[in-house]
Amino acid sequence: MSAVIESHNHDDHHHGPAKGLTRWLYTTNHKDIGSLYLWFSFAMFLIGGAMAMVIRAELFQPGMQIVEPEFYNQMLTLHGLIMVFGAVMPAFVGLANWLVPMMVGAPDMALPRMNNLSFWILPFAFFILLSSLFMEGGAPNFGWTFYAPLSTTYAPPSVTFFIFAVHIMGASSIMGSINVIVTIMNMRAPGMTLMKMPLFVWSWLITAYLLIAVMPVLAGAVTMMLMDIHFGTSFFNAAGGGDPVLFQHIFWFFGHPEVYIMILPAFGIASHIIETFSRKQLFGYASMVWAMASIAILSFVVWAHHMFTVGLPLAAELFFMWATMLIAVPTGVKVFNWVTTMFKGSITYETPMLFAIAFVVLFTIGGFSGLMLAITPADFQYHDTYFVVAHFHYVLVPGSIFSIMAAVYYWIPKWTGNMYDERLGKLHFWLSFIGVNVTFFPQHWIGLAGMPRRIPDYALQFADWNMISSVGAFLFGASQILFLFIVLKTVMGGKKATPEVWEGSRGLEWTVESPAPYHTFTTPPKVT
Amino acid sequence: MNEGSKKTIKTLCFAVLGMFTFSFALVPLYNVFCEVTGLNGKIELRATNDKNIEIDNGRDISIQFVSHNNEEMPWAFKPSEDNIQIKTGKYHTATFYVKNTTNKRMVAQAIPSVAPSNAAAHLKKLECFCFEQQELAPGEEALLPVRLIFDDELPSSINSVVLSYTIFDVTDYNDVEFTQHHNDDHHAGHEMEPSI
Repeated sequence: MSAVIESHNHDDHHHGPAKGLTRWLYTTNHKDIGSLYLWFSFAMFLIGGAMAMVIRAELFQPGMQIVEPEFYNQMLTLHGLIMVFGAVMPAFVGLANWLVPMMVGAPDMALPRMNNLSFWILPFAFFILLSSLFMEGGAPNFGWTFYAPLSTTYAPPSVTFFIFAVHIMGASSIMGSINVIVTIMNMRAPGMTLMKMPLFVWSWLITAYLLIAVMPVLAGAVTMMLMDIHFGTSFFNAAGGGDPVLFQHIFWFFGHPEVYIMILPAFGIASHIIETFSRKQLFGYASMVWAMASIAILSFVVWAHHMFTVGLPLAAELFFMWATMLIAVPTGVKVFNWVTTMFKGSITYETPMLFAIAFVVLFTIGGFSGLMLAITPADFQYHDTYFVVAHFHYVLVPGSIFSIMAAVYYWIPKWTGNMYDERLGKLHFWLSFIGVNVTFFPQHWIGLAGMPRRIPDYALQFADWNMISSVGAFLFGASQILFLFIVLKTVMGGKKATPEVWEGSRGLEWTVESPAPYHTFTTPPKVT
Repeated sequence: MNEGSKKTIKTLCFAVLGMFTFSFALVPLYNVFCEVTGLNGKIELRATNDKNIEIDNGRDISIQFVSHNNEEMPWAFKPSEDNIQIKTGKYHTATFYVKNTTNKRMVAQAIPSVAPSNAAAHLKKLECFCFEQQELAPGEEALLPVRLIFDDELPSSINSVVLSYTIFDVTDYNDVEFTQHHNDDHHAGHEMEPSI
């Protein structure tokens, strides 16, 4: 049967994409599916962002102004879930779809039909999740970490829809990861050994293994919740012999690798961009690979640093503190490698490079606040304050999101054949950069001063910085409309891009013309 | 698709299934881990059978008893004495007063917890109301006994221990069991239903 398909493909070799809506519904082309993922994630980014605007508008002043506390909690929960599972993860999967086959010299992903399925179940998952806003009792309101018993005994009835949505998202991620791993392991061009792979491919290989390892654990956690809620079991219910702390252990066993799932591909992206615009070979390729692998392995033994205050014994507090601090070593290796790559390079500051440099600097700030949080005794003070909010937004917004934006600016000439508007790109960068810092930097201070997270109201002494933080958030939010405009403008037209696009770009994707043809590398290139 | 890809897919599918199973295996693993190490203040819910635990010249230990009602559990539940002084290696019986303050027959389960948690492994019980569920008729009250002993290996840094019991309403869980019995056994009639 595969022989039949191959000969059929051969006849259709020079055909372009199908026309109309069915192109997108039935497509098995990695570039189409990559675009679908990226557009979907952008839509989710705007929806999750709108929820963040509601949160910041309510926090603009102390007291209850705009929304009810119950609705605030729903916004907070959905903002987290949508940004994590709807914006950041699908954006990285979209980039993997576009780039991994071209970077390893493969004609497509290994399992194109499963690729279609893994994308098209996602809109249903988020439709289900968002529809819970209109259900009796409202949407999930227990925070994106859905700790039991908040998410079981005290949950709104819509929690069952939430569980089903998480199952679908998990299935989508698992299928996507299987696809990425099989493509990378079996479809590399002849001569491309593992240690010759581009770093984005390496970062995604490691990410995909993490996803394979922990998404089933997330599925297990929500399945246990489902059974506790509907089938009378007591996994997390102490009355029946269960334990709510067990939920936190299982959740963070998934959750900590999950946060590295959201940052490892960013490491790959930053490496490519910094290398190109420094016009130097990346410093320390092998150490970059080993650093990512070590971070991935360490991510499985640090989960309880999210739970320092649940009453862990001293030995466990110490173990998780030291293990967490150990992660700073491979992460530091990466930061030093990026800095060394830039050192004495002939750097130019196009938009992707600006985002990449901001990524390195601001992600490092997020890393340092992470180190502060790792110190167990200090964490008893920081736990569940805005300091934690500032920390993870620093690693996720100017970390993951900036890297995704950098990737879009860097590769969009390859995707569309058009250069983006450099002037507008830089404007978008500076607005985002200022917006993000004005939003999240003051949250360090109000957190250290004791403002708790996930509360719709606050004490008067936090008023000034909250107002500033909200202003920054509105600026950041508005500047993403500019991003949408820039992307649309580039898709519609612009200066034509050359195949290599950037002076000094390296890698197989720059050897094909711009825009990349619908089918690339139907005969594998030779890599030396 | 080549053979290599098929093999990779198969391995990955097994990994996914394996990790899903592992997430459920974490439940017993967690309990075993906590029981072995005494972490989380968990103590075994069964009577000790250690005959040689009693000694004569133990040291002084103070025990503070604490009682909690879980969620909306309406029963009155409190220790007869808040604080007692005992010696390690000597059995002592303490009692908890409990009363069903509702007008329904209810079933309760008490769950113990020990602080500091490294004392948990050294607290042994010959008898405890927490070993079984307590069923009380409307308005019924009772004194529930616990007969406990600290073995002499209790770390010397520990001079006082908090023994806390949380009482849970498990009436609904018992109803589930009753209904299942009904379905299994067609002869059972309504006489087993609580008459309200």
